[in-house]
Amino acid sequence: MSIFINADSKIIVQGMTGSEGTKHTRRMLASGSKVVGGVTPGKGGQSVEIDGHNLPVFNTVGEAMAATSANVSVVFVPPKFAKAAVVDAIDAAMPLVVVITEGIPVHDSASFYAYSLTKGTTRIIGPNCPGLISPGKSNVGIIPANITGAGPIGLVSKSGTLTYQMMFELRDIGFSTAVGIGGDPVVGTTHIDCLRAFQDDPETEAIVMIGEIGGDAEERAAAFIAEYVTKPVVGYVAGFTAPEGKTMGHAGAIVSGSSGTAQGKKDALEAAGVKVGQTPSETARLLRTIMGR
Amino acid sequence: MDLYEYQARDLFEKHGVPVLPAAIATTADEAEAAAIKVGGKVVVKAQVKVGGRGKAGGVKLAVDPADAREKASAILGMDIKGHEVRTVMIAAAAPIESEYYLAILLDRSNRTFLVMASVAGGMEIEEVAHTAPEKLAKIPVDSNVGIDLARANEIIAAAKFPADVADQVASVLVKLWETFVSEDATLVEVNPLVKTSDGKIIALDGKVTLDDNAGFRHPDHEALVDQAAENALEAAAKAKNLNYVKLEGQVGIIGNGAGLVMSTLDVVAYAGEKFGGVRPANFLDIGGGASAQVMADGLSIILGDKDVKSVFVNVFGGITACDAVANGIVQALELLGAQATKPIVVRLDGNNVVEGRAILTAAAHPLVEQLDTMDGAANRAAELAAK
Repeated sequence: MSIFINADSKIIVQGMTGSEGTKHTRRMLASGSKVVGGVTPGKGGQSVEIDGHNLPVFNTVGEAMAATSANVSVVFVPPKFAKAAVVDAIDAAMPLVVVITEGIPVHDSASFYAYSLTKGTTRIIGPNCPGLISPGKSNVGIIPANITGAGPIGLVSKSGTLTYQMMFELRDIGFSTAVGIGGDPVVGTTHIDCLRAFQDDPETEAIVMIGEIGGDAEERAAAFIAEYVTKPVVGYVAGFTAPEGKTMGHAGAIVSGSSGTAQGKKDALEAAGVKVGQTPSETARLLRTIMGR
Repeated sequence: MDLYEYQARDLFEKHGVPVLPAAIATTADEAEAAAIKVGGKVVVKAQVKVGGRGKAGGVKLAVDPADAREKASAILGMDIKGHEVRTVMIAAAAPIESEYYLAILLDRSNRTFLVMASVAGGMEIEEVAHTAPEKLAKIPVDSNVGIDLARANEIIAAAKFPADVADQVASVLVKLWETFVSEDATLVEVNPLVKTSDGKIIALDGKVTLDDNAGFRHPDHEALVDQAAENALEAAAKAKNLNYVKLEGQVGIIGNGAGLVMSTLDVVAYAGEKFGGVRPANFLDIGGGASAQVMADGLSIILGDKDVKSVFVNVFGGITACDAVANGIVQALELLGAQATKPIVVRLDGNNVVEGRAILTAAAHPLVEQLDTMDGAANRAAELAAK
């Protein structure tokens, strides 16, 4: 098992004909993911040849789903057109939409997230995220497939490179699924959504949760862990040295006033019984100790 | 981007939110001229992007233009919580009867927009929010539904605004929503929203935060950036499209990915505790494709920071290949030549790490030292900075 995706996931790439879309379609195919087509409005009927795979291009997600039975979409559409792309996927009732695009205005992401709630048939992951991977089964997005293999750890993180770093630290144990939920102020899937799914996934034995400054998602996750999660969880929070009021790259990584600080998040997680590492490598050691590995 | 009060006022005016006549000044002469233009009694207000300026003496009533000149010359140049006052706003004075609070903002926790409204506005609103939360109505707004007059009336009723001002406040709320949406704001706040003695509702002070991601829809927002207030190194980095934030430490940091760079700052700060409190000097995320030019730009910004004593390059190659990063470092040092004088500790891992490390080993640059782990490299960089 795994969460949100599995070996049968059929993926379409929105924005496949763009340079980023093509590059990452190639990488996903190389890692064994079942990419079955792409969507670029106005280019329907064409096809794209990528490393021996002949991939049809459709005008809409609905057409792509009807022709290919795709059940996952990954979005590489530039910020200006990203909202229209996600709304198209929601209108087609695509079950899972993974939005990699960075730099989407928050009014657009708030709008498509609200729309997905109204329709009730689409889970959005991201935006501004690296996607998710279940090593050996499916890879949706830009997480490198060669860091590690399948195993019993579930990982959820706001940050892409910290996800890679943590997968690397624990590469000898392996992962059921690693999910990069993105660092934007409005994301479709939260730490809590992933924690619930990992708790319910029989293949996941332990969970690593990576947070960073900004918002109160980690504090909420801590409360959820105390109430619902019985599997061991270790945590890591980035941004202890970040000054107040300065944006550190991720649109969401900004501390305002006392809420959203790294210390506040660490305290909340520890109060919920989560061991929190001071560095990524210490976090990995804490997990090893708990798992006896 | 946070706006100054006068910029917020101008946006309000543009969208029909009622404001008082006002003008800005950067000298005492200009302040006197502005007071003549505005007419009557005026308020001289320091323009700083920090709260508490009233308590700091940055807001003064002036009875006539000569008085405005005097008050402005006292306020200009003042330091308010580390912010130098370079501009004052000269606004008409209003006889205030009541102070209210009205704001629309992004509610991250609930992933929606939120209206906050209170009849207990003014300087103590944060206190009110803590001690008497029932006096601050918080009402979520669906991004795809918005606030029309009917919805505004419901919100204003829920916030228990008095009947004699409810219609006016509801109309202001609709216009604030228009401002919020059409300017791609993440915050529009009016505090106080006042009722004057003749019963008019006016936005007396405002805060607006604009979404930098929405810049492509708003070419006019570029003009709102206060270049003079930016740190020189930050401005130089911005000109090269680098994501850089200046901090107060001694170890220059370059990494890829915002999360990993933030983590690198923390790890350096922990390591620095052993070396007399050495701290990271900056945040610099070179992002995905770290070309030689990007690395050279980054290194030259960091080496131009006189506080920097050592540099830590921390890269985990995901999409980025470590050999490309290593070539970038080597070429950057060639480009920089004699400009590069500080030790550089490099930790590479991930994609093509063997090739990347081999390139740096072969180059054998006297300033470059490689370590295998993030913790070990942070420790060495802190040690070098303490020397």
